[in-house]
Amino acid sequence: MSDQGSFYQRDRSWHPLAFTPSYKTSVLRSPQHPLLSLENTISELTGPVFGHDKLGPLDNDLLRNFAKTGDPIGQRIVVYGRVLDENARPVPGALLEFWQANAGGRYRHKKETYLAAIDPNFGGCGRVITDEEGRYWFRTIKPGAYPWPNGVNDWRPAHIHFSVFGHAFAQRLITQMYFEGDPMIWQDPIVATIPDKSAIEQLVAALDRQNTLPMDALAYKFDIVLRGRRSTMFENHMEGN
Amino acid sequence: MVQKLRLLKESPSQTAGPYVHIGTNPNWVEITGVWQEDLGLVLVDPETKGERIIIKGRVFDGAGDPLKDALIEIWQADAEGLYNSPQEKRGKADPHFVGWGRQPADGMTGEYRFETIKPGRAPYKDGRLMAPHITVWIVARGINTGLHTRMYFSDEEAANAKCPVLARIAHKARVPTLVATRAEENGLPTYTFDIHIQGEKETVFFDI
Ligand SMILES: [Fe+2]
Repeated sequence: MSDQGSFYQRDRSWHPLAFTPSYKTSVLRSPQHPLLSLENTISELTGPVFGHDKLGPLDNDLLRNFAKTGDPIGQRIVVYGRVLDENARPVPGALLEFWQANAGGRYRHKKETYLAAIDPNFGGCGRVITDEEGRYWFRTIKPGAYPWPNGVNDWRPAHIHFSVFGHAFAQRLITQMYFEGDPMIWQDPIVATIPDKSAIEQLVAALDRQNTLPMDALAYKFDIVLRGRRSTMFENHMEGN
Repeated sequence: MVQKLRLLKESPSQTAGPYVHIGTNPNWVEITGVWQEDLGLVLVDPETKGERIIIKGRVFDGAGDPLKDALIEIWQADAEGLYNSPQEKRGKADPHFVGWGRQPADGMTGEYRFETIKPGRAPYKDGRLMAPHITVWIVARGINTGLHTRMYFSDEEAANAKCPVLARIAHKARVPTLVATRAEENGLPTYTFDIHIQGEKETVFFDI
């Protein structure tokens, strides 16, 4: 099976560079030496497995998993999609962890100082494991935009952070999801660390009116693509010298 | 026109931001009651095979200041050099050792700390043995794509000298950036692995 080959090299022109001065914090947190290219070894081709037994029944329900006195304030939404690899094969068993601000753009975090109100019924974290076809879904509220210290008046567009484990540590990824039609996307220094416009668009979830839950919640579709693997047919020929 | 090759592009990375812990370690940032315990804090149980060790260190920025908001993940083989993963075809790894850990840097000092076991050796692509090592992955605010590196062991000089991955490092003076120093602390072998994102002591990071 082609599941055993090494991974396609990461396309570094598709990802953000490390040094992106318009996102000021990156200036001192970016390596200056080139990364050392390393052909995948067993250490990168393997990765941890997370069983469904690790998850609780409300882990994918941000409307309820922290609620104390009622539902959180905000636009109710369902986020769903698939985790695929670059060969367009589904990635089953992938652990997704996500976190977000509340409807007012406020994170529940002791170091957060933004004046928008904390929602007593919203924690802002969730997780899910993809099914056999790589599918996932969760329920939440749409996060608000928020200001952040970079320029004197920079604002993040509404977004949800995602951490993704595939089948190998080489696939490990953290990214962010944005919302279709949000004009704030195109004025954000963090989004702008991605040099390619179509790469940015890959992170914009589509409003899916067909899957909207009537009288309940809007739906956004967000597919995530992890690195794909070479076919072992090639690896065996190349190595068998 | 020609036939299309690969179908999709990898989703581009974005920074984990300052509040990554909400998603990965909610209990640690006092979001309690959502899930029982944060994943990756405990690597060993009483039946895990191998030498118990502590790994600790800090991640420094280009000004020499420790990152207090970093999140560090490790991935390693068991004491026999086997990975606990379906992709591992060489044998069955120790069922008492998952091999994956995750710890936030301390909010005051920037120190991270893992209790784990010393891994055995695993082979390079051509069958030669690599020196014992642990994969380390660092994310934080200001890091646009997670940084991959490896930690090697100061008491494995002979194996390190023959490791085919360390041999790929052209600037030999940079090899020690990947070698953690062993000392005894509170009766446990403790390895200090400081990571320098940039500057004179910049750690070797890999494009894997
Ligand atoms: Fe954010």
